[in-house]
Amino acid sequence: MNVILIAVIVLGGIGLISALILYVASKKFAVHEDPRIAQVSEVLPQANCGGCGYPGCSGFATACVKAADGGSLGDLNCAPGGKAVMEKVAGILGLQAGEAAPKVAVVRCNGTCEARPRVVEFNGASSCKIQQMTGMGETMCGYGCLGGGDCVSACLFAAITVNPQTGLAEVDESKCTACGACAKACPRGIIEIRPAGPKGRRMVVLCNNKDKGAVANKACKSACIGCGKCVKTCDKFEAITLENNLAWIDPEKCKMCRKCEEACPKGAIRGFNFPPRKPKAETADNAQQAAAPKAEAPVAAKAETPATEVKQD
Amino acid sequence: MKTFRLGGVHPAENKLSAGSPIREAALPKQAVFSMFQHIGAPAKPVVQKGDVVKVGTLLGEAGGFVSAPIYSSVSGKVAKVDAALDASGTRRLAVYVDVEGDEWEESIDRSTELVKLSERPELDAKTIVEKIKNAGIVGMGGATFPCHVKLCPPPGCKAECVIINAVECEPYLTADHRLMLEHADEILEGVELIMKAVDVTRGYVGIENNKPDAIALMQEKAQSHPNIEIVPLKVKYPQGGEKQLIDAVIGRQVPAPPAIPINVGAVVQNVGTAFAIYQAVMKNKPLIDRVITVTGKSVKNPSNLMARLGTPFQQLIDECGGLPEDTGKIIGGGPMMGKALMSLEVPMTKGSSGLLIMNKKEARRSEPDPCIRCAKCVSACPMGLEPYLLASVSAQHDWETAENNDIVSCIECGSCQFTCPSRRPLLDNIRLGKSTVMGIIRSRAAAAKK
Repeated sequence: MNVILIAVIVLGGIGLISALILYVASKKFAVHEDPRIAQVSEVLPQANCGGCGYPGCSGFATACVKAADGGSLGDLNCAPGGKAVMEKVAGILGLQAGEAAPKVAVVRCNGTCEARPRVVEFNGASSCKIQQMTGMGETMCGYGCLGGGDCVSACLFAAITVNPQTGLAEVDESKCTACGACAKACPRGIIEIRPAGPKGRRMVVLCNNKDKGAVANKACKSACIGCGKCVKTCDKFEAITLENNLAWIDPEKCKMCRKCEEACPKGAIRGFNFPPRKPKAETADNAQQAAAPKAEAPVAAKAETPATEVKQD
Repeated sequence: MKTFRLGGVHPAENKLSAGSPIREAALPKQAVFSMFQHIGAPAKPVVQKGDVVKVGTLLGEAGGFVSAPIYSSVSGKVAKVDAALDASGTRRLAVYVDVEGDEWEESIDRSTELVKLSERPELDAKTIVEKIKNAGIVGMGGATFPCHVKLCPPPGCKAECVIINAVECEPYLTADHRLMLEHADEILEGVELIMKAVDVTRGYVGIENNKPDAIALMQEKAQSHPNIEIVPLKVKYPQGGEKQLIDAVIGRQVPAPPAIPINVGAVVQNVGTAFAIYQAVMKNKPLIDRVITVTGKSVKNPSNLMARLGTPFQQLIDECGGLPEDTGKIIGGGPMMGKALMSLEVPMTKGSSGLLIMNKKEARRSEPDPCIRCAKCVSACPMGLEPYLLASVSAQHDWETAENNDIVSCIECGSCQFTCPSRRPLLDNIRLGKSTVMGIIRSRAAAAKK
């Protein structure tokens, strides 16, 4: 009995002393973490894509809370979460969500199998980076899409695929979050993260070829040859610049007039998500067709009117 | 018989052109001189459109210490200085020369008479290295490392012997073999010059014993060069690798990078380089031509051509009976380490040791199967690496593990891929890993300097 009692007292005593030490230590060495960080972290998508420029979602949450202490969220934007998530984050931090223009990844190459003939065959390990190490890849264009799918494996949202018909990477805009992982994975830097534009409409030069016109033209029928016609067309807005034999449209300055698209002799400039344009020749036909029923209608009316009149009489 | 200790494989030799003597290739209509014919800084063009050049006129000056000047191998007019597709598969700066006649610079001695080092006692080490540097000589086995850099050992290192690489372990290639049979005396004088340049008294010439005629001839000629020993070696690929050759000939192993052969006292030069050095020092002839083997099972006339640099490959193939109909792949260099070419417009450069035309059946790479962990690649690796591991971590972009497993020691010989029963693209992935890891190491070193 006595032995049990001593054991209970001794163990209980040790327990009490330890509890006291732990209590003091937890008060003395407490690390203060802003509870808002955990709250913000909870509403983030947890994709850890790094598209925001911070290491993972918790890094972004910390940055948001820090920015909120400064009074505004500034440029901070969670690309995959989009507006909905940023509103929630702003709500937690007691701020107004800023209007971040939605962005999208654009594959700047239009060298389909037809336009850009495959002159050799690459049958090594399937990876763009390895193909790039061998030189130009399968075509004579040293700048175009290799079609090896490094961007496909880099995309966490399954938004990019390689189309076997064209041999080009294609972005599914509904899934793309503009995190930029594909742009980093592409050894040729073809993929650009651009503002999606109003209603998703945007003008893009679908080429990355910096060779001189003659060389580029030989390699690919739809390559930008640096002729500068688009630059001249756009002299009013100065949205297009020509550098290293390659045109580039500044999305900030572009007014979406689509004149450059018409001016480009190679079809390298393309507008996305515009309503289908009525080609000029057809517009004339349409006008005739539209006019024809109108011309017929009065005739029918005239024919009918007397009949009714007759009936009425 | 001597050989290196670790790994190695035995690919079929296929030395089809061994019996065909070196012949002069015809002059091209237009020669293209890439400014990127060597490792290191590219050469800077010093000519302009319209300039008249002769054989031996300087076209591009060296762009730094680790670089080499480039000379015209033809006479004519400079057509343009523009980008040209080269053997690397990319378009890079080059000088185009339209050929007119064949006029040589007067300073070049075109006689075939042998000049011995013993007849030219005024040549000291410094003059020899300077002449080699000015002649634009690079390692002619294919690595194209500027030759004079190897002949100027870094402080604290002393060369103890010169090893000449006459192994030619790549299947199909016979350029070095023929060169030895036809220019043995000049090569041995070249070796003497290298020995004098680095101030050593011991020289070895390593030759694989699948070239018994060359071994016999060189041994006979070497009797008048008591300091040079001809070392017959057991046939095994990749014996021509610098580190493998040092191990085979003098039994020393070069530690992992950043150690280089001079750290174990060896200076290794190719047999073609020795010949070029002889011509540069004794005949004042800059590096403007070289022997190239044009071969392949379907080629009508597999031959060894003495061709001017800048000649388009198309012309060399035409001289050997034209491009066969069933061509599947054209490789610049040998089948193990060479690089497939994009186009036949590509001009010959200082490192072009061979042009191999594979037929469709040979060229086809079979579909890879999963790794069966047989470790054949591990036993084949001459550097003692684990290729299956390096390849898989490279494919997963795990650069840290790749670096920890010494991926930078890989010499890219391809023995692993050759021996793999599952035909996995091991070297493709290892090359990617190696170049990425080397980039990481360089940027780290640059950051540490700052």
